[in-house]
Amino acid sequence: MDEGAADPDLYDFSAYRDRPKIVWPDGKTVAVWVAPNLEYYEIDPPANPQRNSWARPHPDVVGYSHRDHANRVSHWRMADVMSRHGFPGSVSLSVALCQHHPDVVDDAAERGWEFFSHGIYNTRYSYGMDEVQERAMIEDSIATVLAATGQRIRGWLAPALTHTARTLDLIADYGLDYTCDLYHDDQVQAVKVKTGQLASIPYSLEVNDHYGFFIYNMSPRAYADALIRQFDRLANEGATSGTVMCIPLHAYLIGQPHRIGAFERALEHIAADGRAWIARAGDIVDAWRAQQ
Amino acid sequence: MTLDASYLRYPKRRAGYDHDLYPWSALRERKPITWPQGKRVAVWICVSLEWFPILPTDTPFRAPGHMATPYPDYRHYTARDYGTRIGFYRLLDAFAKAGVTVSVATNSAIAERYPQVIADIMAAGHEIIAHSTDMNGTIATGLPIDDERALIAASLDTLERESGTRPTGWLSIARSQSWNTPDLLREAGVRYCCDWVNDELPWRFNNGLINLPLNHELSDRQIIATHQQSAESFAEQMIDAFDWLSAEARTLGGRMLPIHVTPYILGLPYRIDAFERLLANLVGREEAWFAPGETIIDAWSAQQ
Repeated sequence: MDEGAADPDLYDFSAYRDRPKIVWPDGKTVAVWVAPNLEYYEIDPPANPQRNSWARPHPDVVGYSHRDHANRVSHWRMADVMSRHGFPGSVSLSVALCQHHPDVVDDAAERGWEFFSHGIYNTRYSYGMDEVQERAMIEDSIATVLAATGQRIRGWLAPALTHTARTLDLIADYGLDYTCDLYHDDQVQAVKVKTGQLASIPYSLEVNDHYGFFIYNMSPRAYADALIRQFDRLANEGATSGTVMCIPLHAYLIGQPHRIGAFERALEHIAADGRAWIARAGDIVDAWRAQQ
Repeated sequence: MTLDASYLRYPKRRAGYDHDLYPWSALRERKPITWPQGKRVAVWICVSLEWFPILPTDTPFRAPGHMATPYPDYRHYTARDYGTRIGFYRLLDAFAKAGVTVSVATNSAIAERYPQVIADIMAAGHEIIAHSTDMNGTIATGLPIDDERALIAASLDTLERESGTRPTGWLSIARSQSWNTPDLLREAGVRYCCDWVNDELPWRFNNGLINLPLNHELSDRQIIATHQQSAESFAEQMIDAFDWLSAEARTLGGRMLPIHVTPYILGLPYRIDAFERLLANLVGREEAWFAPGETIIDAWSAQQ
């Protein structure tokens, strides 16, 4: 990016109208990927000068134990629902989860899910890192996931969405293929980087379960309806453009007993529609790249 | 500004948790639980019964629902009192009509101020869980340990004196604990707390204290007060949760649905009917077992 400039120069402007059509395998109109965040939040993290971790003095019992629910209870509930309807996950991973709760990571790997890095912990922020420190975080991510799963990570979602001005250049320098941190489009787009090449894949804050439940205060059924409307619209438009829909999840939210049933009905709808290419993030980026 | 090198060191990055309070355990891997009479879903209703002094002390923090305007905040002081005088009695009547027993997480100030309320709870056979002293009795790291110890003792002693029974359960205000709380509760003879929302069945701290998870997401405070949804939606969400847990229990063992309610939220005239319909719906399920917290703990402990 162009650090310090009003326009960070992340990408070129491109209007939705008159773009070359992206074609997904088997004539599907919308590529759908599900992004479970498998996270570890520390109970007593060190302070970052630019962002507090917990809102309360440590231990923040509700904050910590709510997230712990994912790694004790709701990961399996969420994952079973996804598997039942043929949705693999593309995991936004706090890579230290490989050390803390390898059973969760192993379960995801055995289901054929893809892993990308979401930092070491979701309580360690990139703000204030120098290049050496940021490279250390990226190298740690690559090595940790490789050792735990045999996969070399291809993507990045910044830990707790904290960035530096050099993050995108650095992940491209390490050969990563995609970032999930840019929200400017409903299609895969090229990102400007100093070396190599990088794509932005549409992630989504707007239909992220955290936004649905905690920003927009949706009931479980209202959130499921939003996913269905999001899908129907993108599937319709995708017939002429080739769209991407992401469903970013947190098991401790979507996997709660009052939410999971409504969510399952949304996945059923998408799977039964016939227009969805249900895929992993890397597959979607590859299919797009092959058409550039 | 560069971060200190220690920011990239992770001394607690290891198998299991980054603390020693309790061990990791996946619900999926545990021995299945069975409830009495072969019921599949334990339904645990917990009412928070609270007294808010009109003078908040904010040490260490101001409780949710506490005074909000400059002194004197008649609006919130009296609206909370409405819950104890009117709303709670609507709830008691609803429980009686449905034929269920529940837990009432009670500030000890309620016992000191309104012994009739305590007598009515005990006469109906409900359980009293100690819920601090009053709504100024908040706990967080920073509260001196002797003050926290004294607060826990005052709550338990007063509730025992007024009710005739020493509570065995504890719910902190806003579920907020300090690093010392689990040990102080154990030291005070408490059998279980309800503060940690990480599970759907009871589990044990390393010090022997039990946690009975009172899921804050399944509360009228979260769904109605925070997320601004209707009582009808609250009831629908509880039924959806019950249906899911009931189905899960067919293959994975007994499950528990905690329902956390607040007299000044659900006890209002325009909301209580939805709650009564919810109770009638759940009481009609042959797989539902309504029990107070300690009874659930007993059933669970016997299978460990």
